[in-house]
Amino acid sequence: MSAMRYVATLALALACAISWSGFGSASAQERFITLASTTSTEESGLFGHLIPIFRAGTGIDVHVVAVGTGQALAIGARGDADALLVHDRKGEDKFIADRNGIDRRDVMYNDFVLVGPKSDPASVKGLRDVQEAFARIAHASASFASRGDDSGTNRMELRIWSLLDLEPRGASWYRELGSGMGATLNTAVEMNAYVLTDRASWAHFQNRGDLAILVEGDKRLLNPYGSILVNPAKWPNVKAEPARIWHEWLTSADGQAAITSYRVNGEQLFFVGKPGDSTPSQ
Amino acid sequence: MHEVSRALALALGLIGRGDQEFLSIVRLSLGVSLTATLAALVIGAPLGVALAISRFRGRAGLILTSNALLGLPPVVVGLCVYLALSRSGPLGKFGLLFTPAAMVVAQLILLTPIVIALTHRMAAGLWGEYGGALMVDGASGPRSIAIILAIGRATMLTVFLAAFGRAISEVGAIIVVGGNIRGYTRTMTTAIALETSKGELALALALGMVLIALSFAVNAVAFLLARAWRK
Repeated sequence: MSAMRYVATLALALACAISWSGFGSASAQERFITLASTTSTEESGLFGHLIPIFRAGTGIDVHVVAVGTGQALAIGARGDADALLVHDRKGEDKFIADRNGIDRRDVMYNDFVLVGPKSDPASVKGLRDVQEAFARIAHASASFASRGDDSGTNRMELRIWSLLDLEPRGASWYRELGSGMGATLNTAVEMNAYVLTDRASWAHFQNRGDLAILVEGDKRLLNPYGSILVNPAKWPNVKAEPARIWHEWLTSADGQAAITSYRVNGEQLFFVGKPGDSTPSQ
Repeated sequence: MHEVSRALALALGLIGRGDQEFLSIVRLSLGVSLTATLAALVIGAPLGVALAISRFRGRAGLILTSNALLGLPPVVVGLCVYLALSRSGPLGKFGLLFTPAAMVVAQLILLTPIVIALTHRMAAGLWGEYGGALMVDGASGPRSIAIILAIGRATMLTVFLAAFGRAISEVGAIIVVGGNIRGYTRTMTTAIALETSKGELALALALGMVLIALSFAVNAVAFLLARAWRK
C-alpha cells in the first residue's frame, strides 16, 4: 500500500513542479508590450517572422492579441493594449478623433481577394470589378460566407454591398458567421460559398477544398494596415516608451525591410510604400 | 481518415522531438489548470462541507446557487473577469489582463461552484452517517469539516478530477482573458482553436490527441492514489 501511495503522491508532486516551473519561463521576458492586432496578420504568420527580429534588436517582446479589427480597436479604447496594428481606415481615424490613440502611421498593405467555388455558379471568374462580382453573386443567390464579426475584412465587404445599394443580410444565401478569417474560410469550404478574404490569410490557409481565387486586382480591394499608439495621456498604465520603440521600428527602414522579406511559399504577402507602386496581386 | 493518421504522426512527432514551443504550451495548460483546481479545492471543499453540516439562514439559497453555477458559461465568466482586470476596470492598475494569472482567476471562478456542489453532496451523505458521533464527541466546526474531508478523501479525488477536467478542456474564458498570446498565454485548447481557424486541421487534431493523453495520465495517477487510499 505505502509504496503505491508513495509513487502516486510523488507523481502528483512532480506534475505540479513541472507545470509551475512553466510559469517562470513563460514570463521570462520582463520587458514586453501588448499589441492588439487582427486574426489575418496573426494567421498569415507575419508576427512569427517580425517579432523575433524586433526582439533581437531591442530586447522587447511583443504579446500579440489577435482579434477582429473592431475588437482590437475596442481593446485599445479600454487601454488594454499598448499599440495597435489594424486595417480599417475609417475606424482608425475615429479612434484617433476620440483621443484613444495617437500618431497613426501607414505600415504596409496587401489586398483582398474574392474566393469561391471552382464551379463558379455566379460566373464571376476573371472579373476585375469587385462590385460587379458582388452584384452577380446576389443576382444568382449564390452562397456567400461573411465574417460578420465587425473585423476589417467584414467592414470592407459591407462597404462593397452598400456601394451597390444592396442589403444582403437576411437573405438565405448570405451567411453571417461571426468568426475569424480562418474559421470563416473553413466554413466557406464546407458550404462551397463565395468569401472575401485578405490574400495573406488565403496564402497561408491549408484546407482549401474546392475553392480558388476568382476575383482580384480591383483597386478598391487594397488593404492598408496602420500602426497606432494607445494614448498614454488617457491611460497612464500604457507602456508608452517600449510601445513607441515598436511603432518607430515598424515604420523604419529596418522594420519595412523585415515586412517585405516575409514570404509564404515564395510569395510576398505584405507590401510597403504607397499602394499602387507595386500591385500585390501580380 | 487521412487527417487522423496525419494527426497521429504529428502528435508523436511533437512529443518525440520535444518541440520547445509545444512543451511550453503543455506546461502552461497544466500549470494554469492545476493551480486553479487546487485553489478551488482549498476554497470550495470546506465551504461545501460547511453547507452540509451546519444550519443557518440562507443555506438553501447558497446550495441552490452553487448548483446553478455549475452551468456557468465560460465565455461570460471570461468577459466579467476581462472587465474587472481591464485597465479601465477596477483592478486595472495591477496589469493582470492577458497574463496567465488572469486565466487562473477566470478558471477559479468556474471551478469553485463545481467543488462546492459536489463536496456538499458527498458531505451530506457522510454527515448522516458520522454526524451523530462527531456531535457526541463535541468536535468543533472546523474539526468536523476536516474529519469529513478525510473520511471522504477518495470522493474528493473525484471532485478534483471533475474540476480539473473542466479546467484543462476549457477555452471560452481563457481565450478572452489570456488573449491566446504565442509563448505566453497560449494553452492546448487555445492553440487548437487557432490551428483549426488556420485550416491546419491535422495539427489541431494532433494537439487534441495530446490533450486527451494528458487527461488520461492525470486520471491514472488519481486512480492509483484512490486505490492506495482504499487499502
